[in-house]
Amino acid sequence: MPDAAAPISAEPVLAATGLCKSYGDLAAVDGVSLEVRPGEIVGLVGPNGAGKTTVISMILGVLKPSAGTIRIGGVDLAKARSRALALANFAAVYAPLPGNLSVEQNLRVFGMMYGVPQLSARIDELIEEFDLVRHRKVKAGVLSSGEQTRVALAKAMLNQPRLLLLDEPTASIDPATARDIRARIMEFAHARQAGVLWTSHNMYEVAEVCDRVLFLSRGKILLTGEPERLIAEHDAPNLEELFIRVAHEHPATGAGVGA
Amino acid sequence: MKASRVGAIVLRQFYLLRGSPVRLLPMVAWVAIDIVLWGFITRYLGELTGPRVNLTASLLGAVLFWEFLTRVMQGTTTAFFEDVWSRNFLNLFATPLKISEYLTGLVTTGVCTSLLGLVAMLLLATGVFGLDFVVYGIALVPFVAVLFVTGIALGIFGAAIVLRFGPASEWLIWPIPSLVSPFVGVFYPLAVLPPWMRAIGEALPPSYVFEGMRAIVAGRPAPWEMLGIAAALAGGYLVLAGLIFTRVYRYTIRTGLIARYSAETAS
Repeated sequence: MPDAAAPISAEPVLAATGLCKSYGDLAAVDGVSLEVRPGEIVGLVGPNGAGKTTVISMILGVLKPSAGTIRIGGVDLAKARSRALALANFAAVYAPLPGNLSVEQNLRVFGMMYGVPQLSARIDELIEEFDLVRHRKVKAGVLSSGEQTRVALAKAMLNQPRLLLLDEPTASIDPATARDIRARIMEFAHARQAGVLWTSHNMYEVAEVCDRVLFLSRGKILLTGEPERLIAEHDAPNLEELFIRVAHEHPATGAGVGA
Repeated sequence: MKASRVGAIVLRQFYLLRGSPVRLLPMVAWVAIDIVLWGFITRYLGELTGPRVNLTASLLGAVLFWEFLTRVMQGTTTAFFEDVWSRNFLNLFATPLKISEYLTGLVTTGVCTSLLGLVAMLLLATGVFGLDFVVYGIALVPFVAVLFVTGIALGIFGAAIVLRFGPASEWLIWPIPSLVSPFVGVFYPLAVLPPWMRAIGEALPPSYVFEGMRAIVAGRPAPWEMLGIAAALAGGYLVLAGLIFTRVYRYTIRTGLIARYSAETAS
């Protein structure tokens, strides 16, 4: 677990080089290289089927790349999977925690898997932080979408990861809760010097939260840069318009793992 | 292997069992029904044949041993199915959890839950129907060990099948013990089987347990050499099941099946 007082490492928390994933002749991801540095929030955006979730799945170790390397906190995922994944965590709209366990039980089970020290104290802290006190003993499956998202985020922060992967973390939740969640994630990234890779279809959210944006289409990164700079360079009124323009110029294939 | 990660898998199952008595009931109820049914059948047949044949030890004992194997297998697969039913693979396999830790957690859970059923069976079989385990002597230890290891191997193999072919293939797993039982001679010697069935039976460790059990009940010495073969076969199948599960897991990682498991798009 990283120490907040420790000096910021110059080494990226995530370094993916030449990532490819093919299904037969179909290239879902084709030569993607990306880095996320400590304290940096990087947006991974693109139309449906662009390959975003495929990239996230490869970084999470649940999908083997056809080619390329992934290093999390300097640890090679292919060579030391368990050690690399201990430095990361994730929350995704399509991966809710088991609904038949309570919020506290879920956090305890996953806390043990991540080897979180002083787990009970950490669970108390997260339950307080994510406003889950009155849901503590409630089964996760009966919570609302927003509450489930908060539980998933609490789980994602259990091990105070150096790399946090968020796949549409604010999808299907109301604007007020979404704003609250964005603020918590930004605070976490900056306070703990954690790197965050964030996918979203909400370009206003991406512009607000991300230090850098990667535009993915047909499995390739087409554009990369700071949101403001990209908007200016491409003479677009905002990030959403730029997104629509890029999406129309490079329609996606629909390939990949639910991407 | 980290104990905390194995413990997490076991703890999850403990929470589920504690929170839902409905999960506990079948572990005891079905075995109790089987023992009661076969206990009365044995008692009736005993009246017909007279005291010269120890039907309780050969028939009811066989039922109990076979139920034990079945419960060990289902305890392991049910723990795995809990992750299938709650679509938990992505959450699980994106953690530092290793396959060896996951399987150890499943097996530990299977052992604990099958012990519940075993206690119920023992109480009924000995208390109500007078089954006396002293009849089997020291050979009882290898009998139980071989059936136990075979049950775990079958459980892991069943989990591998469901991981590979998707949640709908679950129905293939439940009947595995019924499918195997005619080949291993639970109630009859392998000699009565046609050669092709006998050949299959000889490759299955429980066959040697049931042959051994019948030999002891008939007053012959325990066939230690056969039990040695059974132990070696059971150990071999356990290793093989672990390798198959690991291979299937790697396949699911390579093809992206884990990431989209709940979509049942396995092919």
